[in-house]
Amino acid sequence: MRLNCPLCGPRDRREFYYYGSEDYLNRPAEGAAPQAWDDYLHLRDNPAGVTKDLWYHELGCASWLRVTRNTLTHEILATELVADLKREATA
Amino acid sequence: MRIAGKGLIDRGTPVRFRFDGVDYSGFKGDTVASALLANGVRLMGRSFKYHRPRGVLTAGSEEPSALLEVIEDRQQTPNVRATVQEIFEGLEVKSQNRWPSLRHDLLSVNDLAAPFLSAGFYYKTFMWPRAFWEKLYEPVIRRAAGLGSLSGRHDEAAYEKAFAFCDLLVIGAGPTGLMAALTAARAGADVILADEDARMGGALLSDSGMIGGIAAPDWAAQVLAELATLPNVRLMPRTTVTGAYDNGTYGALERVGLHLPSTGDLPRECFWRIVAGRAVLATGALERPIAFENNDRPGVMLASAIRTYLNRYGVVPGKRITIFANNDHARQTARDLMAAGVKVAVIIDSRPDAALVEDCPVYAGAVVTGTRGRMALTGITVSHKGGNLHIDTDCLGLSGGWNPTLHLTCHMNGRPVWDATLAAFLPAPGAVPGLIPAGAASGVFSTQACLASGAEAAQAALQAMGHATADAALPQAEDAPYAIQPLWAVPGKGRAWLDYANDVTVKDVKLAAQENFASVEHMKRYTTQGMAPDQGKNSNVAALAVLADATGRGIPETGTTTFRPPFSPVSIAAMGAGGKAEGFAPQRFLTSHGASVERGAPMIEAGLWYRPSYFPRPGETTWRQACDREVAMVRGTVGVADVSTLGKIDIQGADAARFLDFVYTNTFSTLPVGRVRYGLMLREDGHVMDDGTTARLGENHFLMTTTTAAAGQVMRHLDFVQQAFCADWDLRTISVTENWAQFAVAGPKARALVNSVLDQPADFPFMACGAVSIHGTPARLFRISFSGEEGYEIAVPARYGEALFRDLLARAETMGGGAYGMEALNVLRIEKGFITHAEIHGRVTAFDIGLEKMISPKKDCIGKAAATRPGMLGPDRQQLVGLKAVGDAALTAGAHLFTPGAAVNRANSQGYVTSVGWSPTLGASLGLAFLQNGRARRGEMVRLVDHLRKIDLLCEVADPVFHDKEGAKLRA
Amino acid sequence: MPSLIAKSPLDGKSLTMGGVTLAEAVPGPITSVAPFAGREAELSQALRSLGLSFPAPNTFNESSGDLIVWTGRDQAFLIGPLLEGLPAATTDQSDGWAALSVSGPDAAAALMRLIPLDLRVAAFPPGRAARAPLNHMAAVIWRDGEGFTLLVFRSMAQTAWHEIETAMKALAARAAVGA
Repeated sequence: MRLNCPLCGPRDRREFYYYGSEDYLNRPAEGAAPQAWDDYLHLRDNPAGVTKDLWYHELGCASWLRVTRNTLTHEILATELVADLKREATA
Repeated sequence: MRIAGKGLIDRGTPVRFRFDGVDYSGFKGDTVASALLANGVRLMGRSFKYHRPRGVLTAGSEEPSALLEVIEDRQQTPNVRATVQEIFEGLEVKSQNRWPSLRHDLLSVNDLAAPFLSAGFYYKTFMWPRAFWEKLYEPVIRRAAGLGSLSGRHDEAAYEKAFAFCDLLVIGAGPTGLMAALTAARAGADVILADEDARMGGALLSDSGMIGGIAAPDWAAQVLAELATLPNVRLMPRTTVTGAYDNGTYGALERVGLHLPSTGDLPRECFWRIVAGRAVLATGALERPIAFENNDRPGVMLASAIRTYLNRYGVVPGKRITIFANNDHARQTARDLMAAGVKVAVIIDSRPDAALVEDCPVYAGAVVTGTRGRMALTGITVSHKGGNLHIDTDCLGLSGGWNPTLHLTCHMNGRPVWDATLAAFLPAPGAVPGLIPAGAASGVFSTQACLASGAEAAQAALQAMGHATADAALPQAEDAPYAIQPLWAVPGKGRAWLDYANDVTVKDVKLAAQENFASVEHMKRYTTQGMAPDQGKNSNVAALAVLADATGRGIPETGTTTFRPPFSPVSIAAMGAGGKAEGFAPQRFLTSHGASVERGAPMIEAGLWYRPSYFPRPGETTWRQACDREVAMVRGTVGVADVSTLGKIDIQGADAARFLDFVYTNTFSTLPVGRVRYGLMLREDGHVMDDGTTARLGENHFLMTTTTAAAGQVMRHLDFVQQAFCADWDLRTISVTENWAQFAVAGPKARALVNSVLDQPADFPFMACGAVSIHGTPARLFRISFSGEEGYEIAVPARYGEALFRDLLARAETMGGGAYGMEALNVLRIEKGFITHAEIHGRVTAFDIGLEKMISPKKDCIGKAAATRPGMLGPDRQQLVGLKAVGDAALTAGAHLFTPGAAVNRANSQGYVTSVGWSPTLGASLGLAFLQNGRARRGEMVRLVDHLRKIDLLCEVADPVFHDKEGAKLRA
Repeated sequence: MPSLIAKSPLDGKSLTMGGVTLAEAVPGPITSVAPFAGREAELSQALRSLGLSFPAPNTFNESSGDLIVWTGRDQAFLIGPLLEGLPAATTDQSDGWAALSVSGPDAAAALMRLIPLDLRVAAFPPGRAARAPLNHMAAVIWRDGEGFTLLVFRSMAQTAWHEIETAMKALAARAAVGA
């Protein structure tokens, strides 16, 4: 498996650390209801198909990436820098 | 027998080798199989289950029967295919799965017991009595089963792993692959041509036909010569592409040194990971046998194998050869044999309308129904319109048609598609993205069509990559029809072999169907068909055709089992190349390593680091004596320890303080410049991630310290928090762990020792930090302590680490102090109640370790919300406590704690011990533990039980801080 | 007053085998440079005084012996004299790394046993740099005139040396038998 790091280019899977669903990006605000935290920490979809998850280019540029991929075909549909996503979201 | 003037072997270079203790001679270019056949040896092995005498069935890597052990000085490699192993001077091989000898094998009695050894007999026979399984059945089965044996010694040979990249990977160097590689290479693409054979050319090496007016092998040689001159082409012979993986990644195994006498540094094998823009699957096709009674005798082989032995090796495997086929293709074998002057007794063609015109007798609409000959074939029985007929023959060539070698297209879950005309499965279109099947692998069987298909596949690949293409002129070649009429198994009563390697017969498959193992996957596991080293390459399609017939379904509905990587066996040593012994993981050495080793310190591994365990002195005979002395030394005078392994992260920017407030539970924005603060870091789920001190070096500049164990995890975490939640903050982080050698100096004389090396004496209060210099070298000094004594840590650029360590030790020793190791460091921190990752092991909360007050109520931080969830605090939690043993008794880590009088069982466990050590300071064994509602139980006696070490004792629950509870020494 | 004796991670070792020369390199002071938020242009301006520019990902540039190499997200290593007062977070990295020079006609082949990158000159020409693993170790690599320079963690210098040496041995043994 190869991921196309937006900074480093296409790299072997061995360079990356896998974290989990992109849900981790949507941290509840301080004081959010316990249910919001429960959802954030523990509840995940398990899609057969397109999924978005977080990878860390640990043996490369140290960027966190959001990878869109298809769990059925193993196709990688997009790799984006988490920092850019968050900047766009706040811009 | 060798035929004069035929073959591609080097007749000028005779090669001697040894098989089963007998010396034989062959020529350079021979495989063990071709050389043995040339010497008239037909018996090469015994079958797996029935120990039937077996010869060679094929001439390729799919060989199921002729499996050998290669014997070397230190090594013994089992299951080497005689058809793959090249001979070299001094090669020694032996047959396997027989005792005492190949000719007289005692376990051939199994063949007589065959009625009791049918499919599933393991499952049916060894069911009871239960107690017999481990003592009797398993040992006996293990001895009887298996193919070959290992030397039992470590494999000391060299193996290699490597990466390769290309635009186009061409898998297989037969007519299709050569044409594909040539087309792409001439267009300037970066090409890798990989072929499992020692000599490239594939089927062309066995072909008597012409291509573009020259002999097929000569055409192959001509193309290879051109490819070899091109800088954009890499030829990889002896390289089997074993697996297709995601995103254009392929695994391949190269036999680097297996065809040569073993030498030191030359790798035996290299496991390649090839990344290709596109790939052409030009792996050809595998001929399949036909099942009939006793079709497994030595001398029965594939028609195409006979042709290969004849044309490539100049060997004929018999004097009076017969052919049994269901297609036109096998006729060429007969014609080549006759052209070489070899007697072909008869062609038995199962097709009723088969052409009868050959230079030998042809029986159309006929089948072979049986064979004779115990150790080798002597004759066959043929059934035809006129009745039954016995024919003397010493070699029978079978052709049940061809299966495209499509295995790699199934490696990513692709399912092949049945083609009724070809009576074969074909690769599903697009089964592996970027992999284009071509030639015989795609069901195109004539040489002319293969050449065209190879060129076309290469053009398609280049176009798909947006690469320039060039027109390839196709030479003229054989374009004969194939004309198959399926025949899988000749009806009959006796045993008819499908899977030669695992001794699975037509009867076994029918029995599986009858016992309702009717799914192809169930049949496979019940009969073990396809589970031998050849992974069903010779038997899969025929077996499922028999199953389809037995269950009344068609072949497409029956489907195939799944082909998984590797295509052919890969040694574990090749996959693990470079990972043996010290190659398993990087070794991290401290700058003080040499100085510590000089002092006799044994090293222990802490993660990847090598750290001194203790520093023995003359007269000390145990580690405990050294450790006790070192602890007393730190408490009494001064000790020096290398603590460079702690993670150090430099954090700068206008938002650095704000960031620390967010990742730590406590507040750092209020920390004055020049001061250090202890910080606690949580995971978002509320559990403790790490702890350590952070120094404020400037208004917008911090230096965070992590534990050794969690340095990588914390860096990853900081990067995540920064990029996911603080992307627009002014903040930069970088590890500086490796840049600094850092030494702890601790004890009542610590200040004196530190000041003796500083250019200007420092009078730092507790938890202060600042820049200092040592002999003119800029350094950093921190007044922090992990021992409970007055303590400092001095950091210098790593190049000076060894010099400073030696200097500090020399000075300490004149003061009555010295170096201390990990053992003493551990005892010191247990006496002081300081935690490590033995305590913060991932399941404890700030509350559990008594630090819930460190979670600031004034700000948000990672983990804060989850840390206050119900169940994360309160008396039901197991809380950090100290334990003190009574008298000389020793506590043990990992032991569980019980209320005295309660039954010792899992449900009653009140907690567990995480760290222990003998405290010379208190004269008792101390421990840190987690105990239910522990903080309220100080002074109580609990029962400690360690089933593993057989320890059961009472100990006292205490405050985890045993030493200097008020911290007066720290602040001295 | 005696000064502390400085030691390099590999004592200046070098080794030639087959078509590869491996040697400890002494690149000079290394400073990490990470522009503060919004001050990238200012940093590039400051670097211009050395004839350098902040490198794009996967590149380095050099000028009269000074070199600046991209080392990750918003980060580069300046190898040469440190400029005071850069609008960037800077740290001294001079002692954190062992520098290795790998040169000779088979240098790329040797390193491609350990680094999962296409290091052949067409794919990785002079001026290219990368963050990549050397087997299990984090590394910085760039191609200069003679071959490659690699930075690996100082504590792992021996392991890096051992692994590259093993690759060199295999290549030399292959060359001896034409494999």
